[in-house]
Amino acid sequence: MGILEVKDVNKRFGGLQALGDVNLSVAENTVHAIIGPNGAGKSTLLNCLVGKLIPDTGSVMFDGQSVLGRTPFEINQMGISRVFQTPEIFGDLTVMENMLIPCFARRDGSFALHGIRSVTSEAELRDQAEQMLEDVNMLDKRNMHSASMSRGDKRRLEMAMCLVQNPKLLLLDEPTAGMARADTNNTIDLLKEIKETRDITIAIIEHDMHVVFSLAERITVLAQGTPLVEDSPENIKGHPKVKEAYLGEAA
Amino acid sequence: MFGLNKKDGSLLLLVVALVVFAPFLLNPFPESSGWAQFNAGYPDLMQRFVIFGIFAIGFNILFGLTGYLSFGHAAFLGVGSYAAMWMFKLFGMNVLPALALSVVTSGIFAILIGYVSLRRSGIYFSILTLAFAMMSYSLAYSVLATDMDGPDKQGLLQKGLTGGETGLQLTQSDPRIFGAQTTADGNIPVPSLFGLEMRSATELNVGDWVFTFSAGYYFSAVIMLLAFYLSIRIFRSPFGMVLRSIKSNQQRLNYTGMNPRPYMLAAFVISGMYAGLAGGLMAAMDPLAGPERMFWTASGEVVLMTILGGVGTLIGPVLGAGAIKYMENIISKINSDILHSWFAFLPDGLEDIVVTMIYPFIGKGWHLTLGIIFMLVVIFLPGGLVQGGQKLAAMVRRKKTDDTKTATTEPAE
Ligand SMILES: Nc1ncnc2c1ncn2[C@@H]1O[C@H](COP(=O)(O)OP(=O)(O)OP(=O)(O)O)[C@@H](O)[C@H]1O
Ligand SMILES: [Mg+2]
Repeated sequence: MGILEVKDVNKRFGGLQALGDVNLSVAENTVHAIIGPNGAGKSTLLNCLVGKLIPDTGSVMFDGQSVLGRTPFEINQMGISRVFQTPEIFGDLTVMENMLIPCFARRDGSFALHGIRSVTSEAELRDQAEQMLEDVNMLDKRNMHSASMSRGDKRRLEMAMCLVQNPKLLLLDEPTAGMARADTNNTIDLLKEIKETRDITIAIIEHDMHVVFSLAERITVLAQGTPLVEDSPENIKGHPKVKEAYLGEAA
Repeated sequence: MFGLNKKDGSLLLLVVALVVFAPFLLNPFPESSGWAQFNAGYPDLMQRFVIFGIFAIGFNILFGLTGYLSFGHAAFLGVGSYAAMWMFKLFGMNVLPALALSVVTSGIFAILIGYVSLRRSGIYFSILTLAFAMMSYSLAYSVLATDMDGPDKQGLLQKGLTGGETGLQLTQSDPRIFGAQTTADGNIPVPSLFGLEMRSATELNVGDWVFTFSAGYYFSAVIMLLAFYLSIRIFRSPFGMVLRSIKSNQQRLNYTGMNPRPYMLAAFVISGMYAGLAGGLMAAMDPLAGPERMFWTASGEVVLMTILGGVGTLIGPVLGAGAIKYMENIISKINSDILHSWFAFLPDGLEDIVVTMIYPFIGKGWHLTLGIIFMLVVIFLPGGLVQGGQKLAAMVRRKKTDDTKTATTEPAE
């Protein structure tokens, strides 16, 4: 039994079958990559995991509990954090403030009325946030207005916001898209380190094969809403079906 | 200081100083000069400054932090006034219990209205709050103003809960079980703080100046300072930060494990209670409450105050409230005779032309002046008067550094 069990999930948008009978099992404390051509349904699948979309049929179990019918914040409180394909951060807040919100969410749950205490007095949470910013090499930007940062920095910030929550399952939707090569390599190193030092399961969607093969222990190939194959990276590399899915139209 | 950082602490001290010395600061012109009509240092107006300041500070906690624009906050103002009036009628003229009831009642109202209105955001939220406020207005104006104690009785509920169009007034037959029904000389008692009457005032004559220190003003001012201090604490708290993150990206907040709904409701109720407090103070200063206090124009006014002063800034709403109440009371008092006396130095024909041109903007036309100023501020200073102040300060600083530069380079020449 994996920590995440997706069974027979179907999702239609009008006439389009975005997901068709998706079965996926992600083992605890592994990095599982989901790859596939554009429009394969990868983001749609993640949306079904975090409560953004509700599958038409099928079940999604996390840690032995169903996530279906729960709100996004409840699912997050169960231990799933997600980085979006287009960065979702609090643009009007500073980098440090962006980091503190997930810290509050982790400590206080989905609602707590701390209306009198000062944010500056939250020494413990500030330390955690600064530590995490240091890990993603952004400590020098902590007082920056986050909307004014580059796309790559926004992604790194969003990833830091998810990681500081110490989630059981981290969902990454193309975390290195729009990043410079050096930042991509830093991200790979960071994720490797996180994986070694924490009990964390990572599901990653990625087009950059360098990232995929550096990190993934298991790979699922999705095409037209259905999993084609699931195997180890070595076996995926030379798999004829994978080549067909990716190069089919070009060949 | 008081759990505030240095910058907020000095802002609070500045506001305290301004409020304490307001009777002097707002009365700069000697009585006999032609400018005396621009003096704003009389109790009635100063009370309005601080009371509407409270209203706007509370409104800013909702609108400034979360971006949710309520168009029905006057409902809470009215509820606060009615609650205070009933306290005066039933129990006694002490203002503290009256204000407590105002805050509690408006808080309960805000829970109900907020719970429903917050199911929508954006323009739909605004419309829902507007609808609720106008419903409250009609209730107060007619439904709740019908004779409720039977046609043959002349009791307390003779004119319903709200008194309808004429408003809710004190009478000599009100029970006031913890106080006197009438004063020794047979009048209706006035609101007081443990015997200190809100309308009492002392005057200080210095040369040609008359400064008035009113109990009602200083009482309201202390409440306003407490309200202001609380709002700074809220702005700097984790709660305040979550409210700002709702404005910034509600979706992200959701996927970060927080439920925006109760945060929004808390902000809505707190700002509703501020409005109720302001309404209660209005009744404490002048024991009368009418339904027009809930009319939509009153809700619009607090929106204007907040935007004019600076949305989301700490001091902006207070400045905006002051500016609008000043214009309402001072510009509206200027009439054509006064204009003629100002421009008497011009040749007759020219004088008439100038006076005719300015005339639409004064007296009853003060709304026109307000509208123009409001447009100019929104276009050129989207951050309101606070942004204007900051720009001015930056200009002065730049000029100073320029001066010192030239001063140091001069000897070399
Ligand atoms: N909310 C929606 N409404 C209608 N159609 C949608 C919606 N979301 C996705 N789709 C469609 O479903 C299909 C799968 O989309 P999805 O975003 O999951 O692809 P993807 O694998 O993430 O692609 P990419 O690599 O480009 O991000 C696409 O054809 C897309 O247009
Ligand atoms: Mg996608």
